Amino acid sequence: MTKKITIEPVTRVEGHGKVTIHLDDNFNVAQTRLHIVEFRGFERFVQGKPYWEAPVLVQRLCGICPVSHHLAAAKAMDVIVGAGTGEGLTPTGKKMRRLMHYGQMFQSHSLHFFHLVSPDLLFGYDANPGIRNVIGVALEHKDLAVQGVMMRKFGQEVIKATAGKKIHGTGAIPGGINKNLSIQERDFFLKGADPFNADYMVNWALGALEFFKGYHKANAQFIDNFSHFPSNHLSLVRKDGALDLYHGVLRAVDHEGKKILNDVDYQEYYKYIQEEVRTWSYMKFPFLTSIGKENGWYRVGPLARLNTCDFIPTPLAQKEFEVYKAYTKGKPNNMCMHMHWARLIETLHSAEVIRDLLKDPDLQGDNLVVKGKKCNEGVGLIEAPRGTLFHHYKIDDNDQITMANLIVSTTNNNQPMNNGVNFVAKAMMNGKKEITEPMMNAVEVVIRAYDPCLSCATHALGKMPLEISLYDSNDKLIDRKNK
Amino acid sequence: MSKPIIATTSLAGCFGCHMSILDIDEKILDLIELVEFNKSPIDDIKTFTKQCDIGIIEGGCCNSENVHILQDFRKNCKILISCGECAIMGGLPAMRNGISVEECLKEAYLDGPTVTTNTEKILPNDDELPMILNKVYPCHEIVKIDYFLPGCPPTAELIWGALVALLTGSEMNLPYEVVKFD
Repeated sequence: MTKKITIEPVTRVEGHGKVTIHLDDNFNVAQTRLHIVEFRGFERFVQGKPYWEAPVLVQRLCGICPVSHHLAAAKAMDVIVGAGTGEGLTPTGKKMRRLMHYGQMFQSHSLHFFHLVSPDLLFGYDANPGIRNVIGVALEHKDLAVQGVMMRKFGQEVIKATAGKKIHGTGAIPGGINKNLSIQERDFFLKGADPFNADYMVNWALGALEFFKGYHKANAQFIDNFSHFPSNHLSLVRKDGALDLYHGVLRAVDHEGKKILNDVDYQEYYKYIQEEVRTWSYMKFPFLTSIGKENGWYRVGPLARLNTCDFIPTPLAQKEFEVYKAYTKGKPNNMCMHMHWARLIETLHSAEVIRDLLKDPDLQGDNLVVKGKKCNEGVGLIEAPRGTLFHHYKIDDNDQITMANLIVSTTNNNQPMNNGVNFVAKAMMNGKKEITEPMMNAVEVVIRAYDPCLSCATHALGKMPLEISLYDSNDKLIDRKNK
Repeated sequence: MSKPIIATTSLAGCFGCHMSILDIDEKILDLIELVEFNKSPIDDIKTFTKQCDIGIIEGGCCNSENVHILQDFRKNCKILISCGECAIMGGLPAMRNGISVEECLKEAYLDGPTVTTNTEKILPNDDELPMILNKVYPCHEIVKIDYFLPGCPPTAELIWGALVALLTGSEMNLPYEVVKFD
């Protein structure tokens, strides 16, 4: 049998992230676009599958934070099997899932900081890319590299103990969980020899935070001003306003802190959020319906979460949160590069939550699953490492999925990332006819701050290959560079 | 003797296989002493700068760009490994193979509950976007593949074992329980 594949004549670089810049007659920036070039079709091809397969199927959107998809789908299926939302499960079910999720938050944030961001901080943003990478860190700053590797490993092992596997696990099932945590598994994390134990992870998270704060002090001008622009912010918060990464109500604030979405039940998220489709990207552009397409876009992720929540329910992270909030005098923080600071406060919070949860005897309970009256529709939301993740399913009487709608975290940050690129282009490109090396670096730095899960929305690990194209006012290509 | 050179890429995969490479944990520090990485998302090298010994491919081919990159890997690597179910047989993305691309696009951009304001029925179709293939292809249908590592993802131990076997020229141990889709 012969197979025919049509291939475009023009070879392109591995460009999961692609930027185009259009200039006006005076060579000033008229328009910028960050194109997302991958498309999968999950919404359609999960149709017809039995609902209980969704938590294991849909997580294969993303191997970087599969636990988020696994749990968001499971939460939607909780509703479908009549087990209620989030807090309706048995104490063991609820706490095992929380442990799994905070394990993932810890590993993902550690990965981002140590593997992706630390090379920039250690070697400088303009250093030779041949050194400015995680392998360079490992060769020249071995202690830090070991710390990063071990923190990620700790989170991955927590996931394995709760989900069964480090990547694409099966722990969460509709209405609960399929295992508890044995005493032996618990002690592996609580009583392991230094540095592999929960107490040590809290200390290391504190250390990473100090490292960043030191860098900030020495480079305040850059960290505070680079791609700093006002926006709305959205996330789940616990009912009492606490930071909660597993469950809560949906809250959004504007750039000055005014609530524009006031702690609503997310089962009806589609009443508040719509997505705009644009011809030039496979990634849609979500916005708050009440404000509209033009100004209703918002940011999600660590920066947004620390803007929407009122406090952090663990003592060390709360103390750091107070320092962080004082920097902006309690107002929402709109500084792009402060995302790294917020992410590290969440890393510390996750370490504290894991340590405290591990001591909870409910994890050894054997009442794992709740059953109720089945219905045919459910929505599951979770705060993934990169921000709010939406899963929405409908099923028919044969238990087959008939509708799936997903808004992944990075999609929520689509407009902010585009604005970030625009900000950088205007600052560095106005009046120029070619793309410069500092310009390429700046675009990469702004996109990386959002820690785009380029698997969920596209691909590529934080450091995505970039192609930047520059067009004049007649739409003629005048420069193209790859990085 | 110079160090063996490794390159990696993720095509239509989820990056889980790359994460599984990182799951070798402390051994990653040994690995970078033993080998040199070239084009790979793990470092920051974005185009091939020299001929490589081993290329590790995650993901199958779902668009024209994936095909170009895979061909580029074949050209630049002596040994090519399909790593994980997507590279070996298309994996989960290949679940769309029984469905037309139009139907998938329609569901995502026209029919969902959060695109009701898309009254102009806009679909992504810009020249800047690579062409979606009619179906998702496993890598060995596009180029010659030398080895296949099963799993979703293959475990860190399996990936490590394969690299050690290749680098030392020894036989690889493939116990029956790893040869499955999971």
